[in-house]
Amino acid sequence: METAQLIQIIAFVVINMAVFYFGGKKFYNIYKNVNLGKDKVIEGDRSERLKNVILIALGQKKMFKEIVPALLHLAVYLAFLITQIELIEIFIDGFTGGHRVLYNAFTELSFLKGIYVLVVNSIEILSVLALFATFVFLARRNLLKVPRLVRSEMNGWPKLDANIILFAEIYLVTCIFMMNGADQALHNNDYPFLLSKGFSNIVLSGLSEGSLHIIERVGWWGHILGVLAFIVYLPYSKHLHIMLAFPNVYFASLKEKGFMSNMPEVTNEIKLMMNPDTAFAAPADGTEPEIPTFGAKDVQDLPWTNLLAAYTCTECGRCTEQCPASQTGKKLSPRKVMMDTRDRLEEVALNIRENGVFVDDGKSLISDEYVSVEELRACTTCNACVEACPVMISPLDIIIQLRRNLILEQSNSPEEWNVMFSNIENNGAPWKFSPQDRFNWANEE
Amino acid sequence: MNIPTMAAMMAEGKKPEILFWVGCAGSFDDRAKKITRAFVKILNEVGVDFAVLGTEESCTGDPAKRAGNEFAFQMAAYQNIEIMNAYEVKKIVTTCPHCFNILANEYPELGGNYEVIHHSTFLQQLINEGKVKMKGGGEFKGRRITYHDSCYLGRANGVYEAPRKVLEALDTELVEMKSCRTKGLCCGAGGAQMFKEDEPGEKRINAKRAEEVAETKADIVAVACPFCMTMMKDGVSSDDPNTHTVKVFDLAELIAQGQGLEDIGM
Ligand code: SF4
Ligand code: SF4
Repeated sequence: METAQLIQIIAFVVINMAVFYFGGKKFYNIYKNVNLGKDKVIEGDRSERLKNVILIALGQKKMFKEIVPALLHLAVYLAFLITQIELIEIFIDGFTGGHRVLYNAFTELSFLKGIYVLVVNSIEILSVLALFATFVFLARRNLLKVPRLVRSEMNGWPKLDANIILFAEIYLVTCIFMMNGADQALHNNDYPFLLSKGFSNIVLSGLSEGSLHIIERVGWWGHILGVLAFIVYLPYSKHLHIMLAFPNVYFASLKEKGFMSNMPEVTNEIKLMMNPDTAFAAPADGTEPEIPTFGAKDVQDLPWTNLLAAYTCTECGRCTEQCPASQTGKKLSPRKVMMDTRDRLEEVALNIRENGVFVDDGKSLISDEYVSVEELRACTTCNACVEACPVMISPLDIIIQLRRNLILEQSNSPEEWNVMFSNIENNGAPWKFSPQDRFNWANEE
Repeated sequence: MNIPTMAAMMAEGKKPEILFWVGCAGSFDDRAKKITRAFVKILNEVGVDFAVLGTEESCTGDPAKRAGNEFAFQMAAYQNIEIMNAYEVKKIVTTCPHCFNILANEYPELGGNYEVIHHSTFLQQLINEGKVKMKGGGEFKGRRITYHDSCYLGRANGVYEAPRKVLEALDTELVEMKSCRTKGLCCGAGGAQMFKEDEPGEKRINAKRAEEVAETKADIVAVACPFCMTMMKDGVSSDDPNTHTVKVFDLAELIAQGQGLEDIGM
């Protein structure tokens, strides 16, 4: 074995170990962060959940409400999926120092070789489509400024994040064609990969064997390093959705969208009020019954499914685009609710990592820094955001829990709502009418 | 109008097939009361065996719950469930999508298990069964109607087609707004917004919805919710020359007109 080859194998092993360590650590942190949320009973049929995963996560069903972005996204998505197959060989080559180990192993077996050729051709074709899609995406974000992609919550890191990934896509496709194209040129264009053959003929013809060799290595290494960097980058990015969309869709509520959970803590309290006998039945072990917190003030008060959703959010803004409050210039944006939840969760998790336990930092998810009272108040509970989300996130579910905390724990309510509440309690209607007049409509005309 | 109450029926040892849940808007709001009466006229005409709770009905607790006051909601639910279970209610029809949603989806866990149906679906069934027939006086000829999806019917419960089918029974042209069905734009009343001022913004939600109405050039906006009624009425009757002649009616009123049961003033 040549020294150059040996060095490459060692580099490959070391880099992979580093990615495994750093990426793994960050992914484990995300797992732990999601588990900072409260327990939640997952109700409903497993097969229905799996069906959702296949149709909505894998099949991208909800994306097709908007056909153009759906098709463009599909190109990138399919290119990504199928490239995973080629990665198998890249890893084998990397660890063994071989070259196209599978292709060469398959030469005798025409069926497998047929599949191999099909896969590589598909990768090349989809990569070109994905490249096209990427340019359109860049234009939509930066030149056309499609409204849902440029609202104020996207300023700074979210915008940069989106663009970084788009440039990474261009970089990866370039590497694939350098790798396959130079490989073609080095093998008399013998590989039956159509697009790289063309690329080799047009772009790489006439280059010396030495330069071709370098181009092939740069492409190969560039590609795999790009992929590994992407793995480490993922946990910091909205692109986490490529993994988390699957569990998020699986755990999403199967109930009618109109259903809003009935707080069991409240049901218990009311039962105690209605049946005072049980109220004095102290727990057998003599401990005081724990007073529950109503609603959610901070991320730890939310069920873990909401926290998973926050990491899953693609920041696409389909929710905000449909939100009646956002559309009429109110401060509320359901996407921002998801982004704030994620940011605050990261902050809380860091706090816990640094201090061992959570040390009060005087902040919470409900606050002007994250989700403000004004935003929470503006929601009409119309479910447009829930309907729009391609990965089955419910921003409304978080909004309502924060609202509950405002009302039930902080007595923070607009005066008109307080009047409405007391009317419901005392007159059985949200307006100040006497219950005795409730049937008067029958005698009026 | 013949409007039996559950209490009166019970006294006679009778149990109606279906309870008509009127709701707070339907009971107290002047405009919504007209919807309630139109619906009762249809029930009477068809001969539906129904009753109302009358003064024994009270708020389902929906605005409190959506505002975040789960206590007020569950207290209200507790009372209503006690009363309805005492009357052994099996089936409920209501003209309010908010009542429909909460009775159908949220009461069961609290001990209130009923078959709940919104009046749009109920009317569609009556039309399908041939029990509701249009007089065909031609007053709908040449009119353009657009239907405003109520969030709590459509997205919340997947009822998109029944109201449209009901409107198709009228001899009129049904046109859709830009945002309809799953993308239907809220009227702005839900989530207890009805009961407070808007947050600062560029415009009110119903004003935005009225713009979409204007684009359809419809003469009539059909709604299926008393709160949408209030919002849409306010939205279109503003000074906007594009919409000031547009009228808003509930499905029940349009059907009652079609049956010749009343003159709703189209
Ligand atoms: S439910 Fe609330 S946040 Fe979601 S779209 Fe409607 S108003 Fe906006
Ligand atoms: S919540 Fe869903 S629709 Fe909204 S930005 Fe996130 S992924 Fe997109």
